[in-house]
Amino acid sequence: MNQLAEQTGVTHYRDHDGAEMLRVSDLHAFYGESHILHGVDFEVRRGELVTLLGRNGAGRSTTLKSIMNMVGRRTGSIMINGNETLDVKPHRIPRLGVGYCPEERGIFASLDVEENLLLPPTVRSGGMSIDDIYAMFPNLYERRRSQGTRLSGGEQQMLAMARILRTGARLLLLDEITEGLAPVIVQALGEVLVKLKERGMTIVLVEQNFRFAAPLADRHYVMEHGRIIEEISAAELPSRREHLHSLLGV
Amino acid sequence: MTMIFGVPVAVFMGQLMLGLINGAFYALLSLGLAVIFGLLKIVNFAHGAMYMLGAFATLLGMQYLGIGYWAALLLAPLVVGALGMVIERLLLRRIGHLDHLYGLLLTFGLALIFEGSLVNVFGVSGARYPTPEALQGGLQLGFMFLPTYRAWVLVAALVVCLGTWYVIERTRLGAYLRAGTENPALMQAFGVNVPQLITLTYGFGVALAAFAGVLAAPLYPVSPTMGSNLLIVVFAVVVIGGMGSILGAVLTGLGMGLIEGLTKVYYPEAANTVIFLVMILVLMLRPAGLFGKEA
Repeated sequence: MNQLAEQTGVTHYRDHDGAEMLRVSDLHAFYGESHILHGVDFEVRRGELVTLLGRNGAGRSTTLKSIMNMVGRRTGSIMINGNETLDVKPHRIPRLGVGYCPEERGIFASLDVEENLLLPPTVRSGGMSIDDIYAMFPNLYERRRSQGTRLSGGEQQMLAMARILRTGARLLLLDEITEGLAPVIVQALGEVLVKLKERGMTIVLVEQNFRFAAPLADRHYVMEHGRIIEEISAAELPSRREHLHSLLGV
Repeated sequence: MTMIFGVPVAVFMGQLMLGLINGAFYALLSLGLAVIFGLLKIVNFAHGAMYMLGAFATLLGMQYLGIGYWAALLLAPLVVGALGMVIERLLLRRIGHLDHLYGLLLTFGLALIFEGSLVNVFGVSGARYPTPEALQGGLQLGFMFLPTYRAWVLVAALVVCLGTWYVIERTRLGAYLRAGTENPALMQAFGVNVPQLITLTYGFGVALAAFAGVLAAPLYPVSPTMGSNLLIVVFAVVVIGGMGSILGAVLTGLGMGLIEGLTKVYYPEAANTVIFLVMILVLMLRPAGLFGKEA
């Protein structure tokens, strides 16, 4: 049974020793006939936390899904850890050390909390132990026997993130993790992200909540109409805040 | 002689036992259907044919290869399960993105092809398969005579059903299955090879049907049509239990067998229809089935 999860086939993925974790070049993505991404270019260095900002429908979630090969068709190039992944099957992508947390959280109703937590197969060594995870998310420990979807929204979000930390993923793609959550939970999530950065994780954060993302991120990419239109580093942020607000319409 | 509601105890218990045996077959078959429906969302109309192929594999294995009952109990499900995996890989996967009705039609067509081909070669009358030596005879329980083979069928079916339930509800592989049923795309994003999981699941569901076929071979005439006769009732059982519920399939299977047996005692004329009456009642009162979740 573990073969199902653990076979990586003949391809042996290598760890790039350079500083670059993810490079997306001229990425186009399609759902059926609709052309969603129109040449997305960005890169993320090892250990960085980078946000994809933009209005609804700008293509931020689709960018993450494209990296996971969950959309219909893709062209261009997506290099993960030095490996071209455009022709890699969806279930092989996590093996490159990628963890994905979908916008809808994707907690499984037919599994209890601990089953949800243990569900994603280990993709690499060096993941967090279950004890470490429970230490980081004490609520999940208390509710480990509850049905996954009985949790509160905040707890479900914690669970959706916690379960990809166990797998040894080093590149986390997090889609709208603060959406619809109370400020106190959002703050807790921010603290979690800081801890993950300290552990050397590389994080791509799709966010609507700019105030949440601003103090955490090293760089921001702004998307519009399926393209990256602006790159703003943390250092440039104070002087360009007004400009950014006008881009995001906040 | 002791009577239960005007019926001798031996007759009553005998019919109950027969009902339970039928129920064991219903349970095994509807369990396979439920497992397949859960992940593939296909109503597998080829299930009866797979049951029949299991029985035929047992019969032909003995006649041509000298394979005995016990070996067939293992080999027939493996062979038929492998056939199922080939069917999934070559046919069902290609229509996976279409409406589930196409899966129903395709498997129904396959059932007709398997049945028709075997009718062509062997005719419809059916052949007898001897009861294995170790399971001949019976036990005199005092209130009834229990043929050993029937007791064995009941035990074997229950063990396999419970084993399947355990694997699906309590193990990691089962968690993959349940999660894959809910959100296959996300399971892929976690690194689970979902297409492979689907192939194995179909193979396993079909192997359960073949296992029931092996158990049936010494009880019923082995004929190409033995599956389609049974399958109609099994579908009624699945509707009553609720599509996709594992434990529901098993309990409903056994329960319906018992109800059928009891009807045979008290109103034999209705024995063949009682399950369908229950189905109508359940559909009126609980459309999702007794164990099904309301959509």
